[in-house]
Amino acid sequence: MNMRSIVGNGLWDQNVVFTQMLALCPAMAVTTSGTNGLGMGLATTAVLVVSNALVAAIRHLVSPQVRIPIFVVLIATLVTLVDMALNAWLHDLYKVLGLFIALIVVNCAILGRAEAFASKNSILASAVDGLAMGLGFTFALTVIGLVRELFGGGTLFAQATLLLGPSFAFLETTVAPGYGGMLLMILPPGGFLVLGLLLAAKRARELRRSATPGSAGAVSPAPTFP
Amino acid sequence: MTIDLANARTTLQWQGMSVGMVALVASAALVFANALTQGPIAEAEARDLQASLAQVLPAGFADNDLLKDTVELTDANGAKKLVYLAKKNGSVAGAVFRNSARGYSGDIVVLMGVDAEGRTLGVRVVKHTETPGLGDKIELAKAKWILAFDGKSLDNLPVDKWAVKKDGGVFDQFAGATITPRAVVKAVKGGLDFFAAHRREILEGKSG
Repeated sequence: MNMRSIVGNGLWDQNVVFTQMLALCPAMAVTTSGTNGLGMGLATTAVLVVSNALVAAIRHLVSPQVRIPIFVVLIATLVTLVDMALNAWLHDLYKVLGLFIALIVVNCAILGRAEAFASKNSILASAVDGLAMGLGFTFALTVIGLVRELFGGGTLFAQATLLLGPSFAFLETTVAPGYGGMLLMILPPGGFLVLGLLLAAKRARELRRSATPGSAGAVSPAPTFP
Repeated sequence: MTIDLANARTTLQWQGMSVGMVALVASAALVFANALTQGPIAEAEARDLQASLAQVLPAGFADNDLLKDTVELTDANGAKKLVYLAKKNGSVAGAVFRNSARGYSGDIVVLMGVDAEGRTLGVRVVKHTETPGLGDKIELAKAKWILAFDGKSLDNLPVDKWAVKKDGGVFDQFAGATITPRAVVKAVKGGLDFFAAHRREILEGKSG
């Protein structure tokens, strides 16, 4: 498998949320704003790269029968280490991301990638896969977060400076000043609505494309890890 | 070598050993990391506490280390409450303590500073799990609402005015969220009641 298709798979073709339908729990829970989605995505990406590389490094030593408990212990340890290190040395960032980091443990996309990719591929390819999948996840979460935030509160990337620092103040936009907000979009049902509509839009685009002569087979493949 | 490994992996001993080894290495890593980060985490949390204590007191209000000057008192519910004493020139000028009330989802914890006359110097919500985008306007980072408590006391605001406007009080509620500001008002009012009940002990700096 070449690097190009690994990156393409991670970012779009096999996107964790939009195609594989994995990690929907964190995708619903934290995407009340674009900033939250971005923060959760970036923290997950970091863990995904390291866990993929680690799993690939020990893949010849692990027997298939006990691989799941070993991967679970590795991932849980990794997340706890990241949690402790951030709390101790990057405390201000931890105050913003702290909530998300504990949620990464329950992100099945990480175990999914360890199982579906890293346990069968080289360390480098696995790290690249982790990065691409993580960024695809970040993209999906940010988009869902932005749509919910726009309809729910009329802003985009509110409080981005808390996460990224004061130099990113330009990201914070108030699209509709004085807009009362649509409560439903912020509450959990809004997450399902937005995800459903985004999936429908993606599907419609693929169907239209495959209907055009000369570009058959553009419909995204079925999920590999349901 | 690879052939041997493939055979070895199928044995029960190998499988048991490998899970054991991974668990051992993982525990060792966690113990090591815990020892390494314990100090910095405690320091960071003390810094956080100091910063939030300073937020609910006006600048220059106290000249002591509030983390060291504390008294422990029993509140109306029989629970122990730690009170940080703000001293100026050796005498108690005010106190900082936490109080909590039940919000829309879970407890809302406020940290409040009160001067010797029982006037509110400042209030900050330090912990809550209210709905993002709705109830979280009680955070100073999201709205200025919490500043409405500054200067209020049980003397200058009658008891029945300690409520949100919907209930006939003076504090704004939020569109779509009344339970949350109601809980914060209750927590602050409860804190002032606590201060009034223990004013003498706090001003003398005695535990009891």
